[in-house]
Amino acid sequence: MAQSFEVPNGHSVEEHDLERTLNPYVTGTSVIGLKYKDGIILAADTGGSYGSTLRYKSVERIKPIGKHSLLGASGEISDFQEILKYLDELIIYDNMWDDGNSLGPKEVHNYLNRVMYNRRNKFDPLWNSLVLGGVKNGQKYLGVVNMIGTHFEDDHVATGFGNHLARPILRAEWHADLSFEEAVKLVEKCLLVLLYRDRSAINKFQLAKITEEGTTIYPRYSLKTFWGFSAFQNPTKGAVGSW
Amino acid sequence: MFRNQYDTDVTTWSPAGRLFQVEYAMEAVKQGSAAIGLRSATHAVLATVNKASSELSSAQRKVFKIDDHIGVAIAGLTADGRVLSRYLRNECINHAFVYESPLPVGRLVVRLADKAQVCTQRSWKRPYGVGLLVAGLDESGAHLYYNCPSGNYFEYQAFAIGSRSQAAKTFLERKFETYSSASCDELIKDALFAIKETLQGEKLMSSICTVAVVGVGEPFHVLDQKTIQELIDSIETREEAPAAEPGAMQEDQGQDVAPMDI
Repeated sequence: MAQSFEVPNGHSVEEHDLERTLNPYVTGTSVIGLKYKDGIILAADTGGSYGSTLRYKSVERIKPIGKHSLLGASGEISDFQEILKYLDELIIYDNMWDDGNSLGPKEVHNYLNRVMYNRRNKFDPLWNSLVLGGVKNGQKYLGVVNMIGTHFEDDHVATGFGNHLARPILRAEWHADLSFEEAVKLVEKCLLVLLYRDRSAINKFQLAKITEEGTTIYPRYSLKTFWGFSAFQNPTKGAVGSW
Repeated sequence: MFRNQYDTDVTTWSPAGRLFQVEYAMEAVKQGSAAIGLRSATHAVLATVNKASSELSSAQRKVFKIDDHIGVAIAGLTADGRVLSRYLRNECINHAFVYESPLPVGRLVVRLADKAQVCTQRSWKRPYGVGLLVAGLDESGAHLYYNCPSGNYFEYQAFAIGSRSQAAKTFLERKFETYSSASCDELIKDALFAIKETLQGEKLMSSICTVAVVGVGEPFHVLDQKTIQELIDSIETREEAPAAEPGAMQEDQGQDVAPMDI
């Protein structure tokens, strides 16, 4: 596919056979992350949507990165797999030094930020929102990077729909010395709201934690749902402008 | 004019298995004024002798800050030292750009050694005529490396390079075992002692030396002249009580050993 661009001085620049990502194909929905007393918890469902078709039911979207980090991804699944390939190489080369230095969550987050921002500057973004959590030297770290290279750290984070549906809950109920059990409860509350309200969410979840001791990724499981809420009985009742 | 027929270019071996051009480059390091380094588990200190070549000029700088956590002291061709310092600064800043964290000292030194090695294997290049003492701090503590024109590098607890450095080395060899738990001030004082050894009787003054420190909670910095002079004075008052130590010993070792290993 040849594209031509008009540049200010009147010449046109031809770019041959350059393909960019113009939209995502198979996508994962929200990821939630939060700090708790001993470390970081990440959670996501395992759905992979092909457009609005729920095409895949068990896509792992949370992976450990090196010894100190966990990465969760929403957005294009294939781009996430590409990112994992970069990180694998990065961690292997880091380990090969065998000198007592290792990349921590801060370093990995910053690296990802550079990769994401660099690709968006080529107008060929990696179509993801990434959550990076980790613990190193007793220091908890939780940050986000998205497809245009926007990045920040926070005590609790969420991507995609989670930003609208989970973060208000987290803002209301999160505190720094949550125990693991309390944190899981809070995360599950968020996941359930997402399941009810986000059409791409599915009832199969992956939870992972990282502490000073290391990473644990829990087996996938479902949450108990209750669809008898009155708002679910007649969703359009009282909704002005709906059909 | 020539020492032998195998020393006209870097890439030619002598039948004895030596590369004379590389050895000549290491000779340039020996002729430069002395630089010494020593470290504890948490701090590293660099010290150099830098005398002005004329009363009308200032002295050449021999200590360079590379980053907040790394600095170098050089002996040999200052111009080559500056080029390498610029390279090191670049590597550090690029690492900081990508990872937002300091480059581990050992990894920087490997890159530097690789760069020096290339010059020993290309017919159109010459080896760098400078030795670098790289002192720095990373996750695994304080480090001191010596980087040689041959492309070799070594990690040290304490080391000295440059003219009459053997005297300083002898001094450091006697004392290095106490260094890993030494305080920063003790390191600085021994650095000055070692420098004094290389002066062979000449008076040690803050105007002819540079001292720099890096350590935990202490970014790399060069001590100012006043501080150094105060330390020198405190050393000398202490020294006057016991009898002055005999001046240090021989300068050259046996010439048969290929100096690559040093």
